[in-house]
Amino acid sequence: MISVILDKCVGCSLCIKVCPFGAIKLVDSPRACVDAFGRGEAVGKKAVIDLDKCNLCGACLESCKFGAIRLDKKESIIKKIKLEDYKGVWVFAEQKKGKVQSVAFELLAKAKDLAKDLNTEVSAVLLGDNVENQAAELFQRGADNVYLVEDAKLASFCDEAYTKIIVKLIEKYKPEIFLSGATTIGRSLMARIAVIVNAGLTADCTGLDVDKEKRLLLQTRPAFGGNIMATIICPNHRPQMATVRHKVMKEAGIDKNRKGKIIREKLNDDALFSRTNVLQFVEEISSTVNIAEADIIVSGGRGMKAKENFILLEELARVLGGAVGASRSAVDSGWLGYSHQVGQTGKTVCPKIYFACGISGQIQHLVGMQSSKIIIAINSDPYAPIFNVATYGIVGDLFEIIPKLTEEFKKARQ
Amino acid sequence: MKIVVCIKQVPETTEVKINPETNTLVREGVQSIINPFDMYAIEEALRLKERFGGETTAISMGPPQAAEALRQALSLGIDNAILVCDRAFAGSDTWATSFTLASAIKKSGFDIIICGKQASDGDTAQVGPGISAHLDIPQVTYVRKIESIINGQIKVERLMEEGFDIIESSLPVLITVVKEINEPRLASLKNMMRAKKAVITQWTYKDLELNEADIGLNGSPTKVVKIFTPPPKEKGKLLEGTTEEIVRNLVNSLKGDICG
Amino acid sequence: MDYLLTEEQKMLQELSREIAREKIKPVAGEYDKTEEFPWPIMKILAQSDLFSVFVPSEYGGTGGSVMDLCIVTEELSRACGGIAVCYAASALGTFPIILFGNDEQKKKYLPPLAKGTSIAAFGLTEPAAGSDASAIQTTAKKVGDHYVLNGTKHFITNGGEADIYTIVAMTDKTKGARGASAFIVERGTPGFTFGKKEDKLGIRASVTRELIFTDCKIPAANLLSKEGMGFIITMKTFDMSRPGVAAQALGIAQGAIDIAIEYANERKQFGKAISSFQGIQFMLADMATKTEAARALVYSCARAIDSGSKDVAKESAMAKLFASDVAMEVTTDAVQILGGYGYMKEYPAEKFMRDAKITQIYEGTNQIQRNIIALGLIKESKKK
Repeated sequence: MISVILDKCVGCSLCIKVCPFGAIKLVDSPRACVDAFGRGEAVGKKAVIDLDKCNLCGACLESCKFGAIRLDKKESIIKKIKLEDYKGVWVFAEQKKGKVQSVAFELLAKAKDLAKDLNTEVSAVLLGDNVENQAAELFQRGADNVYLVEDAKLASFCDEAYTKIIVKLIEKYKPEIFLSGATTIGRSLMARIAVIVNAGLTADCTGLDVDKEKRLLLQTRPAFGGNIMATIICPNHRPQMATVRHKVMKEAGIDKNRKGKIIREKLNDDALFSRTNVLQFVEEISSTVNIAEADIIVSGGRGMKAKENFILLEELARVLGGAVGASRSAVDSGWLGYSHQVGQTGKTVCPKIYFACGISGQIQHLVGMQSSKIIIAINSDPYAPIFNVATYGIVGDLFEIIPKLTEEFKKARQ
Repeated sequence: MKIVVCIKQVPETTEVKINPETNTLVREGVQSIINPFDMYAIEEALRLKERFGGETTAISMGPPQAAEALRQALSLGIDNAILVCDRAFAGSDTWATSFTLASAIKKSGFDIIICGKQASDGDTAQVGPGISAHLDIPQVTYVRKIESIINGQIKVERLMEEGFDIIESSLPVLITVVKEINEPRLASLKNMMRAKKAVITQWTYKDLELNEADIGLNGSPTKVVKIFTPPPKEKGKLLEGTTEEIVRNLVNSLKGDICG
Repeated sequence: MDYLLTEEQKMLQELSREIAREKIKPVAGEYDKTEEFPWPIMKILAQSDLFSVFVPSEYGGTGGSVMDLCIVTEELSRACGGIAVCYAASALGTFPIILFGNDEQKKKYLPPLAKGTSIAAFGLTEPAAGSDASAIQTTAKKVGDHYVLNGTKHFITNGGEADIYTIVAMTDKTKGARGASAFIVERGTPGFTFGKKEDKLGIRASVTRELIFTDCKIPAANLLSKEGMGFIITMKTFDMSRPGVAAQALGIAQGAIDIAIEYANERKQFGKAISSFQGIQFMLADMATKTEAARALVYSCARAIDSGSKDVAKESAMAKLFASDVAMEVTTDAVQILGGYGYMKEYPAEKFMRDAKITQIYEGTNQIQRNIIALGLIKESKKK
C-alpha cells in the first residue's frame, strides 16, 4: 500500500502536480493528516492520498524530493525467474499474404540499437506458410537470427496457434526483450502471450530506451489520449514485452551483404491446433490505402458538407500518394466508411503529413492524429480548436483552396 | 447462454484538459463515463440476448464509484451487475487486471465474454486478450459483426487494417468489439427505475479466493517509473494572403516532405 | 428554477434530454428537409419507454401523468418541434381511450400504445369543421352490430403512419354537437384510406394527412362511451392534451434560446462577443423570462390535472395560449439575434420560428383558447 510519511512531508505539493488521478490533497487540519491507523500528529500542510482514487502508479514517489511517500510491494507468487538466463532482443515479423510488414522493419532498427546497448543479438520471429524467402530481408535489415515456423495452418494470423508456438519459442530460447508492432495482430497476440509466460507488456509505445546497467527496457507510451506520457519498466519478469506504434520509428536500412542464421522450429500438431479458424479474408475496396500505413492523410469533416465533395480530397490524396481519412461526424453522416475514421473511436494515425479539411478538431479527433509530424488545418472558422494543433493553419473556404492546392502539388511533383 | 460484458469507468476525455501553467491534468469536475468502446460491448450483449436468449452480466473492476457505471449498464437493459472492488486491486497493470477479471468471470459463469476493443484512458487493448488467456479460451479481437451462433460455434467478422477476416470459433469465447459493430441504444425508463433500486453485487479478493500477492500492484509485472507531460507542440503558423499566395506558400513549405 | 420534480421525473427529463441531444438534434434538419416520417426516432422513443409515460400502469404504462408527458414533449421539442409532435399526437390519440374507453377497449389498445409498437392519431378536423366542431360532416351510421363511416378528415397529425385512430363522427346530425360520437378505427380497416399529405411551413418531420372513410365498417364495440358523447370526449381530451402542446411550445422556445445564447457567445463583432452588448443581453433576458413564466404555468396546469382537478379547461387554455405566444416571440427574437445567419436555412434558428407558429393554431387556435378562458371566467363569476 501507499502512504505519506508525515515526518518527511513538507507540504510542497509537488506530488499533487504529478498525480494523474487527482488522488492527493494538501490538508492543513492536523487531525486530518493522521494515517489510516490514527498515528501521527502533523502540523501545517501535509499531503494525504485518497486511496479510492489512487492507482498506485508511483508518479508521486518519483516526484517527492523528500522521500516522504512509501509504496510497499509484496512478492508475487509468479515464480521467480533468473533474469540472467534471458538474452537477446526479439522482433515479431508480422507477415500478411506471405510478405513481412513494414512495421517489423521499424522494430528491427530499434532492436539493433537496444541490442547494441545490451551487447546481445537481434532475432526475428517469423510464422507463416512458405515464408522462408522473407528471411533474407530480415537479415539485411538487421536480424542476426530468424526463428522460422512454417505450416499451411499458419498462412494467416490465428490467435491461438501463433500464441502457443511463440510461447514455446520463448520458453525454449528465453529472449530478454520481445517487440511487436501495435497492429491489430500484434496487440491481440502479445497480450495473450504475455499472460501465459507471466511477462509484463506495455502497449503502443512511442519510445524505447534501455537502462544498460540494470538491463531494463524503458518503455514510453502516451496515456489519456496523449495528454500525458508514462515510462514503464518490467523489473522482475522476462521477456520485457512491448508493442510499438507504427510509423513512430524509422525503418531499418537495407544492407545487401548482411546474412544471418535461420533457426527452423518443428512443431507437433498440438501446437498448431486452434479453436478459432479464419474461414476467409475479405479485402475492402474502399480502404485500398490503409490510413494506418499512409505517410500522407487527407481528412475531411463536417465542413465537407456532402458525400460528393470528398472527391476533392480523393484527388488531393491521389496527387500526394496518400489516403483519405474522415472525422467521426463525416463517418456518422455516411460520407465515408468506418475504416476511414480517425480519432478516439476510429484509428490512431501518425502520418508525416495530415490535412484536416473542414474538421473542427474535437478532442476525440485530436487524440487520433495529434502526433502526426505536420498538420495542416483548413477551416472557415478561425476559432476551430484544430488550429491549436496545426503546424500550418489556413482560415478560408476549403472548396476554393483544396482544388488549387491539388493543382499546385501536381505541378510541384512533376 | 451466459453473456458477460466487461466494462470500465473512465474519465470523459472531452473533459481532460491540461492546466497550461502547471502542465498537469485538470481533474476537477471531470465526469466519469463508461468507456465508449464498452458501450458497443453492452449493446452487442443485449442484441445477443435478443437474438439467442440468455442472461447478461456486466462486470467492472474499479473503485466503489464504478458502481455508477454498472448502474448505467443496468439502465440499458443488462440483467446483473458485479463490481469487483478491493483496495488490494489498486495498482493493477493489464496482467493483474485481466487475472482478477478472469477470476470474477469464472465465478459468475460464462459462455461468451464481450469487451470493448480498448479503454479510452489506458488505450492498451490488452485486458480482453489477457482475460481469455487466463481462462484458456479462444479469443477474437476487433470484431465488427457477429454473424451467427449455431451449435456452440460462433461466426464473426474481425476488422483488419485492409479489410476483414471471417472467423469461426467454438464457445466459450471472448470477443472484443469495435465501433462498427452496432449503434448503442439509450437507456429505457423502466430499466432506469430498475437500475436505481438494484443491488450491485460486490466481490473482494477474498470472495474470489485470490492471493494478495497475485493481485494489484503485487501481481503486476510492469511498473510506472515516470509520468510526464509531452513537450508542447511548436506553435503553428497561420498562412495569410490571397488563396494563390497561401497555396504557393504551403506547397513550398511541404515540398521537402512530399517529394522526399 | 427548481420545479421540485420527483426522482423519477428527473430521470425522465434526463433521458428525454439525452435522446433529444444525441439522436434527434443531429437529424432534425434532415427531416425538416425531406418531410419523411421519423420512424427511426419513434423506435428509439419506444425502446426507451417514452410512450409509456401517458398510459396508466395497469395497461402497461408507467403512470399516465400529464406532467410526465409535458416533460418529455418539452425536451424533445428543444431539439425538434416536428418530431416532438409525432410523439405528442400519439398521446392525443390515446387520451380518448384512457378517459372514456371501457376495460375491454383499454386492454386491447393501450398496451401496444404504451410500448410504442403502435402509435395513435386523433381525427376531428374536417375541411369545413375547424374550430367549429359541430359542423362535422363525417357520419357514422349504425347497421346491426357495426357502424359505417363516411366522410373525410383533414389536417390529421400522424395520419397514414398511426395504427390506431380515434375518430369523431356524427351519429345524429340533427342534434348538432350533441350528435357527435367517438370511435376507435384501426389502420387497414376496409374503406379507410389516406388522402393528400400536406406540405407545411413548419413541424415538417411530422405528417399531416387526410383520412378518407368510404363505407368503412367498424365493429360497434369500437364506440367510445356512448353515442352523442363525441363532443364531450373531444373537449376532455383537449383539456388533457393542451398542456402537451404548451410543453411543445415551451421546448421550441427553449431550443431557440439555446441556439441564440450559443451564437451570441461565439459571434464576434467590433472585436467582442455580441453577448457582451446590452441590446443582445436585454433580448436574451426577456426571452428567458417569458419562457420561464410559460414553464411555470404549463407545469402548474399539468400538475393540477394530475392531482385530479375536475375543471381545468380555463387553466389548460391559458397554458397553451401563453406558451405558444411566447414561443412565437422568442423564436422570432432568436432569428433576430442570429441576424443574417438566422434567416438562412443552413442555421437552425429559422426552423424553430417556423415550428413555433403551429402551436398558436392547432388544438384550438389561440382565439378559441381566449374564448375558453373568457367562458371560464364568466362561469366562475356567476357561481359566486
